Amino acid sequence: MRNDENTSVVRARGLCKKYGREAGLVRAVDQVDLDVAPGETLAVMGPSGCGKSTLLHLLGGLDRPTGGEVWLAGQRIDGVSEKALARLRRTAIGFVFQAFHLMDELTAAENVELPALLAGRSPRAARRQAISLLEQVGLGDRATHLPSELSGGQRQRVAIARALSNSPLVVLADEPTGNLDSEATLDVLRLFESLRSAGQTLLIVTHDARIAATADRLISMRDGAFVDETRLTGGTTGHLGALAGLEG
Amino acid sequence: MQQEVVLALLAKEPSHGYQLRARLAQALGPLGDEMNAGQIYVTLARLEKAGLVTAERSAGLPDRPDRKMYALTPAGQQRVGDWLTEVSWPRPDLAEFHLKLVAAAAARLADPLAIVDAQRRELLRRLRDAQRAAMAEPERSDAGLLLEGIVLRLQADLRWLEACERNWTGRRSGT
Repeated sequence: MRNDENTSVVRARGLCKKYGREAGLVRAVDQVDLDVAPGETLAVMGPSGCGKSTLLHLLGGLDRPTGGEVWLAGQRIDGVSEKALARLRRTAIGFVFQAFHLMDELTAAENVELPALLAGRSPRAARRQAISLLEQVGLGDRATHLPSELSGGQRQRVAIARALSNSPLVVLADEPTGNLDSEATLDVLRLFESLRSAGQTLLIVTHDARIAATADRLISMRDGAFVDETRLTGGTTGHLGALAGLEG
Repeated sequence: MQQEVVLALLAKEPSHGYQLRARLAQALGPLGDEMNAGQIYVTLARLEKAGLVTAERSAGLPDRPDRKMYALTPAGQQRVGDWLTEVSWPRPDLAEFHLKLVAAAAARLADPLAIVDAQRRELLRRLRDAQRAAMAEPERSDAGLLLEGIVLRLQADLRWLEACERNWTGRRSGT
């Protein structure tokens, strides 16, 4: 399937990020081409140090490439001003990080409504939406809790609610289950699954196979470059029973 | 179907075949769907022949296997007891894949990393299927626990593939 350049939510061409020079030159991201279609969940997987986090930062305007182009919903963003980039990050992109990055002194609801307030929404509308997002992630009864009063899985779900606060074009998640135990991971998996079926465009970089396996499409990254691509939707191959030792 | 499994299903009380099937379906959830429904009767007939099970036809009903009431004989009970205390070990099949990588690299027939990538694609598809099935199970269901086992095994296989990837990447770049 080919993505028309006008319809890709996220698009990169020849994207590069280099550090150092000569013998010390590191190509953290090396000539990456990428298209993420609307409503698609894409996972980029690779060992630590393969450049996947750097890639996410370049796509989300948290870092500048040393070469190539980044497009967001048809708009080229790699060369825009710092101010314009900051506005894009606030309004068009939802970020989810491994370490949650919640404000410790704010309640769950205050964390979630913050991006909406920064975008100029009225306090009342922002709060109403924050409560509804917390309900959506299953934490309606934790709105007044501080992050320190929540489990790791609950904090990550608050962070995901916050990422959705401005109805972003795309949610970029960096190792979202990296700090979670298996039960909390399952909660986050369910949540991403429901976002996926609601049509939210998602890009996840991870080395956790469980979250990668929820994606529509999976790209493997090594040494800064894409080396393999798999479409996970459509025709199931193995029989689950055989995996459990049951014979037909 | 393993004979001991059918015997153990009978250990609770004498049962009809369809009751055993229901217990199996409960424990296996979606994994049970792939099983042939007639298989349990084939196994029961073998167990009867081996003297581990008795089968009594219900009076006045046609002679169909699902009308029979099956029960363990003392020998059958003994077998179930032995089976429960037996330690069985899963048979992982790692050597074949490992040797495939070694042979492919030695003979320069294929890139070991391409083989690793292909294997990972397949494992991830299975992981996705198992995970979808696990997420669809209600909390604390027997079948959910079995599916979690499959998910964990697949994750272990994928972690080993990561180690293979690191190793063969290192060899290729000569470090």
